Amino acid sequence: MRDIFEVLRGSPGDAGHNKKGVIVQGITGAYGSLHTRNMISYGTNIVAGVTPGKGGQRFDGAIPIYNTMSEAVEATGARISAVFVPAKFFLGAAKEALEAGIELLVAIPEHIPIRDTMSALDMAQKKDARIIGPNTPGIMIPGIIKIGIMPPTPFKPGKIAVLSKSGTLLYEISDALSSAGFGQAITIGIGGDPVNGTRLIDAFEMVRDVPDIDGMVVVGEIGGDSEEMLAQRIMDTGFAKPTVAYIAGRAAPKEKRMGHAGAIVMGTYGSAESKISMFNKANIPVAKRPAEVPVLLAKKMENGDGGSGGQGTTGGSD
Amino acid sequence: MRLLEYQAKELFREYGIRLLDGRSSTGIEEARGHAEELGYPFVIKIQVPVGGRGKAGGVQSCSNPDELEIRYPQVMNLVIKGEKARAVLLEKMADIKKELYVSLFLNRSKRCYTIIASSEGGVEIESVKSQTIREVGMGDVSRETALEVAGQIGLDGSLADGFADTLVRLSRLTIEKEAELAEINPLAITPGDSIIALDGKFVTDDNSNFRHPELAKYQEKSEIEERAEKSGFSLVELDGDIAVVGNGAGLVMSTFDMLSDSGGKPACFLDVGGGATTESVYEALTLISRIRGVRSILVNLYGGIVKTTVVAEAFLRAYESGLIDMPVYARLKGTESDKAKEMLRDSGTEMFDSVEGAINAAVLGGKKN
Repeated sequence: MRDIFEVLRGSPGDAGHNKKGVIVQGITGAYGSLHTRNMISYGTNIVAGVTPGKGGQRFDGAIPIYNTMSEAVEATGARISAVFVPAKFFLGAAKEALEAGIELLVAIPEHIPIRDTMSALDMAQKKDARIIGPNTPGIMIPGIIKIGIMPPTPFKPGKIAVLSKSGTLLYEISDALSSAGFGQAITIGIGGDPVNGTRLIDAFEMVRDVPDIDGMVVVGEIGGDSEEMLAQRIMDTGFAKPTVAYIAGRAAPKEKRMGHAGAIVMGTYGSAESKISMFNKANIPVAKRPAEVPVLLAKKMENGDGGSGGQGTTGGSD
Repeated sequence: MRLLEYQAKELFREYGIRLLDGRSSTGIEEARGHAEELGYPFVIKIQVPVGGRGKAGGVQSCSNPDELEIRYPQVMNLVIKGEKARAVLLEKMADIKKELYVSLFLNRSKRCYTIIASSEGGVEIESVKSQTIREVGMGDVSRETALEVAGQIGLDGSLADGFADTLVRLSRLTIEKEAELAEINPLAITPGDSIIALDGKFVTDDNSNFRHPELAKYQEKSEIEERAEKSGFSLVELDGDIAVVGNGAGLVMSTFDMLSDSGGKPACFLDVGGGATTESVYEALTLISRIRGVRSILVNLYGGIVKTTVVAEAFLRAYESGLIDMPVYARLKGTESDKAKEMLRDSGTEMFDSVEGAINAAVLGGKKN
C-alpha cells in the first residue's frame, strides 16, 4: 500500500503537490455540504462531488457534481474520497468509489452496519485501497489537508502523530498538545465502531518510520482489543519514539454501549484495565486525564526515553 | 442488542437448533399454567441481560407446586448486578452426559467471525484451556468446517454430525440476524446422544436494526432512552446523582472517568452528538430532568466551532421555564465564552475554564447539599 503522506500530499515537485484532489460523496446533503465548505476553507482541494441525480450541477456554483464516482474519478483523476452519505447507503457508495479506483476512502458516517463495513473492507483489501473509519472524524495533516469534520482550531502543524478512536477527544487532546508546543504531523481518526477500516496497528505502521515524526499519542477507549494489539506490536518490533496513551472509559459499566457502537466491555474483553496494563508493559505511560497527555509526552521527550517496547518499568502516571 | 436467554432460544428454535421444552412468564399465575403444561420437575431461570445467574441463585429446580410457589417469587425478585428480572423461564430438566461449548463471535481486530468450540462447557470460556478457534470470514460455516471442528473437540460419529448440524444452523442465524455473538454454553450431550442447547446468548449489531423489524419486539428501552434515540443522543442511565452531559462519546466517557476519580457518582451518560445547539442542549436537560435521583448536572462541551453563548441560552431557558432547578456545572470550550459567563452570572449555572474545575465543584456541591 502506498505511503499515506504521498497519498495525502503527493511528491515534492509534482504539479499537484500539497493540492491533492478530494471527491465528496454526498456533497449536497446537509452534513456533506457543511463540511465541504469547512474543508475548502481549510485549504483542502475539493475537486468534485457526487450525488446521484444531480450530475451536471455545481456545488456553490463552483465544484462540479457528478452522478457516479466513475465519472467523477475520470473527470478529475482524484484518488481520495470523503463519504458523507447516510449509513444505509454507505456500502453502495464505498463499492462505487473502490471500483472507480479510489485509493483512500474516508468514511465519516456513524451507524453503518458491521457487515457492510466488513464487505467494503474486503473489497478495499482486494484493490489495495485504504478505508479510514467508519464513524471517524477523518484524517488530516495540519496546515496542509483536512479530510473530515474536525474543527481547525485545535490543530497546529508539528511533529507528533495522533491516533484516536474518538472525535472530540482527538480535538481536546490535540488542543492540549498544540498549547504545549506539540504540533501534529498527522492525525488519524480510527473511528468508534467495532470494526475499523484502519486499526490502531495499521495507523501505527503508516507513521512509524516517517522521519519527520518525533512522537506518537494514542487515544483509545474501551471495547475490542485494538490497543492491546498495538502495545504488543510495539513490544515485538520496538519503537524508538516517545509515545503516550490515553484510554477513555475506565469508569464505564460493563456490558453497556457508551455512545460509540464499539465502546463496550464484554466480560473482560475490551476493558480499560487490560489496555492500560498492556501499554504499561510496552513502556508507554497512560494519562489519567486528557490534560496530562502533553505533560507525560514532555517528560518522555526530556528523558530521551523514546525506547518503547523494551522491558517497561515506569508505566503510567499511577 | 443483547437478547435474553428465552429470546435467543426463540431464534434457535426457529433455526432448528434443538432445545428443551420451555415457557417464559412474568408472573406466578402464568407460570402455574406453564407448570401444568410442562409437568414437574423443571428448572426456573431468571431472565436478565447479564451473566452469573447461577451463582446469584437465579436458577432453581422445582419438583412440585409448593416449590414453585416458594421459589418463583424468590427468583423473580432477585437483582443480579443491578439488573431486575425481565421474566422467568421454566424449562424441562435433562439428563446430561457431557457439556460442550460453541460460539460464533465477531473478532473485531481480526475483522472476521471466529468459531470457538470446546469439549468443556458450562463454565466461562475464558477459564477453559482447551479451546478450538477457527476464523470463518463473514461467518459462513460449511458442513465440512463444522465437522472438522467437531473432530477437534473429540467428537465422532453421530455426535460429530449432531454438533456440526447445530454449528451450521448457528452460523445461518448469525449471518441472517447480523449477530456480533451467538453462544451456546453449555451445549449438552444427553444419554441418548442428542445435542441440546441448554443456554443461549445472542448479541446483534444495533446498527443493522433497520434491516430487522422482526427483532424489534426484543428491543428494551425506557421512555427516556427512546426520546434520546430520537434526538440522536446516546444515553446510559446509572444510579448516581450527577448527570454527565457532553458532545462526543469519548469526551463524555473521559468526563465520567474523571468524575469517578474525584469520588462523584454519575447518574447518567449522555452524549448529545457532534455539534451542540440551543435546542439539543435544552432537550438533553429535559431528559435529565426526568431521570430519578439527579441532583446536579455536569456539562463538558468541546465545541471547536460551537458558540458557547448558544449553549448558555439553553441553560437560561431551562431555568426560566422551570425545567430544571438544580445546579449546573459547565465547562464550555468554544467562542464567546466571556459573554456566555456573563449571561449565566445570576443563574444556577456556573461556568469553568477547565473540566477539572467543573468536576471539583460538582463533587463539592453534592457534599454541601
